[in-house]
Amino acid sequence: MYPDSRFDKTTAAVLGRGPVVLESLFSYDQSACPSVLALQGECLMAEDQTTQMAVAAPFPEPRIDAGGILATVGRSKASRRKFIKGVIVSGAAVSSAGYVFGGLSGCTPEQAAPGGVERLLSLNVNGETRRVDVLPNETLAMTLRYKLGLTGTKLGCDRAECGACTVLIDGIPSYSCSTLTHAVRGRAITTIEGLEGPNGELHPVQQAMIDELGPQCGFCTPGQIMTAVALLRANPNPTRDEARFAMSGNLCRCGAYDHYLNSIMRAAQDA
Amino acid sequence: MPRDMMASFELYQPDSVDNAIDLLGRFGEDGWPIAGGNDTLDWFKDRVKYAQYVVDLTGIAELRGIRETPGGIEIGALTTLTEIEQSPLLQERYRVLADAARRVASPQIRNTGTLGGNVNQDTRCWYYRYGTDCYRAGGTTCYADTPQGQNREHCLWGADRCVAVSPSDTAPALVALDARMVVRNADGEREVAAEDYFIGPDVDIERMTILEPGELLTAVRLPSEWAGAKFYFEKVADRNTWDFPLVNIAAAMFVESGTIARIRIAAGAVECVPRRLTVVEEVVTGSPQNAETAALAGQAAVRGATPLNYNHFKIPLLENLVKRAIRDA
Repeated sequence: MYPDSRFDKTTAAVLGRGPVVLESLFSYDQSACPSVLALQGECLMAEDQTTQMAVAAPFPEPRIDAGGILATVGRSKASRRKFIKGVIVSGAAVSSAGYVFGGLSGCTPEQAAPGGVERLLSLNVNGETRRVDVLPNETLAMTLRYKLGLTGTKLGCDRAECGACTVLIDGIPSYSCSTLTHAVRGRAITTIEGLEGPNGELHPVQQAMIDELGPQCGFCTPGQIMTAVALLRANPNPTRDEARFAMSGNLCRCGAYDHYLNSIMRAAQDA
Repeated sequence: MPRDMMASFELYQPDSVDNAIDLLGRFGEDGWPIAGGNDTLDWFKDRVKYAQYVVDLTGIAELRGIRETPGGIEIGALTTLTEIEQSPLLQERYRVLADAARRVASPQIRNTGTLGGNVNQDTRCWYYRYGTDCYRAGGTTCYADTPQGQNREHCLWGADRCVAVSPSDTAPALVALDARMVVRNADGEREVAAEDYFIGPDVDIERMTILEPGELLTAVRLPSEWAGAKFYFEKVADRNTWDFPLVNIAAAMFVESGTIARIRIAAGAVECVPRRLTVVEEVVTGSPQNAETAALAGQAAVRGATPLNYNHFKIPLLENLVKRAIRDA
């Protein structure tokens, strides 16, 4: 029956379990990424000495650039103004493996720069303290999805241009794809998985999404919900226009904007 | 364009401006300060630019906040655009800046994006962003200024090998407010007028501000001279969210018994720097604030504009925005 399957899909979406086809590709094997921490004398990031250990051997050169062009030319001191020459030539090779294996490739210790700092962090995620090994160049979306298994947070554009990765940082909606994990140490992170009540009941916004059939394909839904939750906390009774403005940082390629707005207005009413 | 994990870098998180300056001074050309990261991480992910040492400024408390000072208001460079947009102090006295901040990018970007980041962001010319070896990137060609070049977003004035424009929404507001940019380096602190802070390709084609490696913009000071003026800000872009301006306009003026007594007005995205429209200021000062003056101002504003193949539309657009600013402020 259509209604049933539609409801199931919607429920999955509001829980952040929407399109699951690709999730297995992204699963992250913790053992592949030992907590190797390089500690330099002049490192200013030293926060917790007990979590650090020195690495005797220097790291080999980064492996991600199969063509070797980036590694040799890009890091050359001779290149002007930080520009990586030859980027277009080597682009295809890098990008083809990029998205699918993005989460894994960043977790290999070989990728760390010589002398680079890699360290254990305590992150406050959904009210729990999670210990996690985070690379300096790791975004919060990467950490959440591939190290903490919180795949409800989606990666759409990975460029702060779509909103699928929206999480709350100290209650403020932020693009987790464009936030370095190291920059949110000590701050409260809430993802879609953190919205459910103590007995697993849905958040009012999630329930309203189901009642109003807010999502269509569901991929952008976790991000939409996080933004809506923050909106209703700051402004429990928004006008439709206020809600539209607050939600304007979340794209929906299905164009279900009005359905989302219906859901938010309903959640505001029900709450 | 490559789309994958960023190249690795070393990350430093200083807790004071002194430490940050020390680090950036030590790293020189290899260092890169990062605040909100919305622009920086795009460069890194696209693998067009690379920095070996990244200095995360977000932990520096002294760079945050909006403070009242004897001379006006001081805004820390790390203050987010949302904080600026929602500041009662700014809404009351310098509304043009709050209005400009409200039109930047998207709500989430404004939540993490900072005032310093917004004024220091690099240009959006897509040839440059794509990693071509254009003039600005150290090459010998401008791909935007060719018969086939797509230059709808590019400049009307100030072309000098490069035709890219300033992408900032807050920068014209700061020029209109005669803001002072506080720059720190190892030798100390200096104050630069917003108008002189931004530089075109004729001065240095490789950067858009006077900031040198090892220097930081720490604060922006708004002089009380323009507090409580009549303000106007408008941005025209292809889409309301995320998009950069095709043209934006910011004006501050004092009107005494119907006559424009003092005015500062600046337009963005028509030149590599926010363009202060001194001709307009001269034309309208002492004239009544009405439609006639506005029409004259509009005509004066676009004099000397040199369009490229696809950006002629910016001329009437700028003219109309200036008209509205003078008439409706």
